[in-house]
Amino acid sequence: MSQKRIKVLIAKLGLDGHDRGAKVVARALKDAGMEVVYTGLRQTPEQIVKAAIQEDVDVIGISILSGAHLELIPLLIKEMREKGLNDVVLVVGGVIPPQDIPKLKEMGVDEVFLPGSSLKEISEKIIRAVESKRGIKVAT
Amino acid sequence: MLLEKALAGDELAIARLLTKIEYFTPEGLENLQELMKRSGNAHVIGITGLPGGGKSTLISGLISEYVNRGHKVGVILVDPSSPFSMGSFMGNRVRMVGKDLQKNVFIRSIASRGNLGGISAEALMLIEALDGLGFDKIIIETVGAGQTDTDVVNAVHTVGVVSVPGTGDEIQALKAGIMEIGDVYIINKADNPEAEMLYEAIKFALDTAEINFRDGWTPKIVKTIAIKNIGIKELVDVFEEHLNYIKSRGLFEKRVRDRRVKMLELLLRKKIEDIISRVIKENLNYISKEINEKHNLLGLVNEMYNNVKSYL
Repeated sequence: MSQKRIKVLIAKLGLDGHDRGAKVVARALKDAGMEVVYTGLRQTPEQIVKAAIQEDVDVIGISILSGAHLELIPLLIKEMREKGLNDVVLVVGGVIPPQDIPKLKEMGVDEVFLPGSSLKEISEKIIRAVESKRGIKVAT
Repeated sequence: MLLEKALAGDELAIARLLTKIEYFTPEGLENLQELMKRSGNAHVIGITGLPGGGKSTLISGLISEYVNRGHKVGVILVDPSSPFSMGSFMGNRVRMVGKDLQKNVFIRSIASRGNLGGISAEALMLIEALDGLGFDKIIIETVGAGQTDTDVVNAVHTVGVVSVPGTGDEIQALKAGIMEIGDVYIINKADNPEAEMLYEAIKFALDTAEINFRDGWTPKIVKTIAIKNIGIKELVDVFEEHLNYIKSRGLFEKRVRDRRVKMLELLLRKKIEDIISRVIKENLNYISKEINEKHNLLGLVNEMYNNVKSYL
């Protein structure tokens, strides 16, 4: 009856109290036609994966500004794999030193967005990642 | 396969099954039909009220209270879809973080996708599915409701209407629409000094009502401060009292039937509305031209009505 819309979970991982960027991105994805579930600040990997499962999202979007990405992202990916979320796209945005990008991608992060990324670029890359990883043609 | 896993309690299977149902896939609809053979047992509670009234925070408290009382709780959160992009920003779950880590809690957000009235056909389908999967308390949060968003009344057993102090006087409480549909009126943020005025206004409206309340139940008023978890236990007690009331009068099954009639109506509307949108889109140039030339608008309506009929 209706075409699948991309469903995205946007959350802040770890001890990091700044969520303006996460909200701006969540809103941009809404404007790009996606259905965005926003769960806010100071989430544990366990909480994020639980919400991602119950909501059956196509994408988990993590905002992280604390500098702890190399410690926390592996914990999140471990939890995702243990719970069977192997086909869910994982994107990370925030203050990430460029030299850490290859490391994150090697861990299993699909896209990394740095400050200055355009909102158009973010939504286009997410659509492409969903189409290739989830194997679905999406409505936007 | 997916259904068996979902029935065994596998959360990922439940979640993926719900997606197939909300998108009307053949597999989803077949499984929904299977689940509806088992559904009809859950107590379904609707929480409605204006945006920002604290519905989500209140539901967060309700989840814990029901879990403590030994229930399996399913929650459906409806948030609006954009009329422009069709996207949605769903922020209800932010008030419930961690609640889903408790056993026997399943929370699902769904965008309204063009449905008006505060609930949607898809949301009612998800209620049936969760009911069939064995959740015995199902809470549905409507979109932040306006005065006429009253569809929820025919979709649930118990309606809780959330009001907050400072949003209107007696006149608002006397109006038709949402202030008539509550089985329970919840005054949230009751630590606000104006809470007493709101209480008196709602009480006056209830005391002076000449209409017969739904099924003879006199609506109750409960004060809560959801963010501090105050009044939640009392609210659940009142919900239980209402449940016992409708059960004792044999109305429980009637409400399930009403819900399914509503679902049918909403699904039917959806089909017709799709045709209307299609006809308008296909004839937009002609319609615009006629309107510019100030031709007979009602004649135009009849003309388009015939076009709609030709698609039926």
